[in-house]
Amino acid sequence: MRAEVEVLLPGLFSTIQDFGRRGYQRYGVPLSGVMDRIALKTANLILQNQADAAVMEITQMGPKLKFNAATKIAISGAFLSPKLNDREIENNTVIKISEDDILSFGKPVCGIRAYLAIANGFKTDKVLGSRSWYADLTKVDRLEKKMKLPYEASKAEKYETYAAIKFDKTYLNSEEIEVFPGPEFRALPETLKSHLRQSSFSIDQKSNRMAIQLTEVLGNQLDPIITGPVLPGTVQLTPGGKLIVLMRDCQTTGGYPRVLQLSERGINMMAQKKTGDRIKFLFKI
Amino acid sequence: MSDFPRINPMGERGILIEFQPEISEKLLEKLLFYKNKIEDFYAEVNVEVISTYNSLLISYMFSIENLYSEISALEQLFGKAKIGKINNRQIFYLPVCYDEEFGWDLDLISREKKLSKERIIELHSQAVYTVYFIGFLPGFLYLGGLDENLQISRKSQPRAAIEKGAVGIGENQTGIYPKSSPGGWQILGNCPVPLFDKNSDPPCEVSAGDKVKFFSVSREEFKEISTQVSKGKFQLKKENYEG
Repeated sequence: MRAEVEVLLPGLFSTIQDFGRRGYQRYGVPLSGVMDRIALKTANLILQNQADAAVMEITQMGPKLKFNAATKIAISGAFLSPKLNDREIENNTVIKISEDDILSFGKPVCGIRAYLAIANGFKTDKVLGSRSWYADLTKVDRLEKKMKLPYEASKAEKYETYAAIKFDKTYLNSEEIEVFPGPEFRALPETLKSHLRQSSFSIDQKSNRMAIQLTEVLGNQLDPIITGPVLPGTVQLTPGGKLIVLMRDCQTTGGYPRVLQLSERGINMMAQKKTGDRIKFLFKI
Repeated sequence: MSDFPRINPMGERGILIEFQPEISEKLLEKLLFYKNKIEDFYAEVNVEVISTYNSLLISYMFSIENLYSEISALEQLFGKAKIGKINNRQIFYLPVCYDEEFGWDLDLISREKKLSKERIIELHSQAVYTVYFIGFLPGFLYLGGLDENLQISRKSQPRAAIEKGAVGIGENQTGIYPKSSPGGWQILGNCPVPLFDKNSDPPCEVSAGDKVKFFSVSREEFKEISTQVSKGKFQLKKENYEG
């Protein structure tokens, strides 16, 4: 029998992700991959998985899942009140799964993206070297009811002894997002530069895996640039004067001025912000 | 002394190399020449070099350990290099059906530009376009070389849905929508050959620096080509390009 996770309820928005697609940006293919890499690494480390084993990225309201074979799982990143068969369970520890166990989630308590790792990773299809779901490339782009996700059934012995992983949760709540000046930063007027250094900004509801918009409208603006490269973590200033933080599914090129570039940690932190949260940019240079 | 190229970090996993802000074949050749140099230089390292109109981005898999030694190594690379010709360029011949079934805005272009539809099709399909780079969506070609007489502004109200394969014009650019999506370009035809195949590696045969030429096909030929494409039997016509 094939080991599968059956989706009983899909929740708000969940996808399968790994570290993403490398080597295809030149063809216009987004990098994709988990929004929060700290959580992916932690969850896989706990299970002694390969660092890039595919996990489920769960956003805010988690799914209800049924496992049809024994395995081990670990959840990291946001704390979304996970339960195994109605028993509350913890993040960042190995959870033994038996046949027919049901995993569900409740209230989001801290952060918005949780990562469910499973022993040896989810075995969904690879497209262009990655299992990360992305509309048009993969058959599906989000978890849906009745979907079945393959994994390798595994014996428990391998996990009898393990060390607890210390997970530093501070990044989930910190308001300070580390940034570097972006390519067009120096072209900004001084008033706008200091605005970016000193003000706080809030997360707009128009936010997804491609980009997170900030609500505030800045007074000033630059001319568009000749379309150039962008990366996850690039902060663009739109003609309307809003800031857009590009995330993992962002396009490969763009024409808006790139005023800031988030650090890797900054991107991971941004991934855990919800609508209305406030942030400040912490300049590393 | 020229200020360019400017080499600067872009976050912890990127180095951006910027040349003068212009769009030209000459700069494209220079960029692609340096792109090859950089790829040779990093042969053993997991990096990806992305070229656009006037920039190269070296995208690293992991955080760069010593940024400054990396940048000074690149500066030396640029100091030494003598720019040569780009080799292995190809020209791709892409069928386009300009029938009114697909050419939604031919009438509008004809009125605004005071050109007959036949002349529009002739001007659009006789040009040899340069692929500057691929971006925006998987397999979307940024093409240069549109005839000035065909340059027309985008629609003030973008359409909610433009068909996959639609061939359009927006200002001085022409291109093919790789998937159905909203868009503001003026549409003059449809190309039945997808340029991106996620099941092939590489997923796109066309690269930055290649050339593209359109040729007009009838509705019947369009259908025939579509059938061949769906059976996986269509052979895209291409030749080596000696520019």
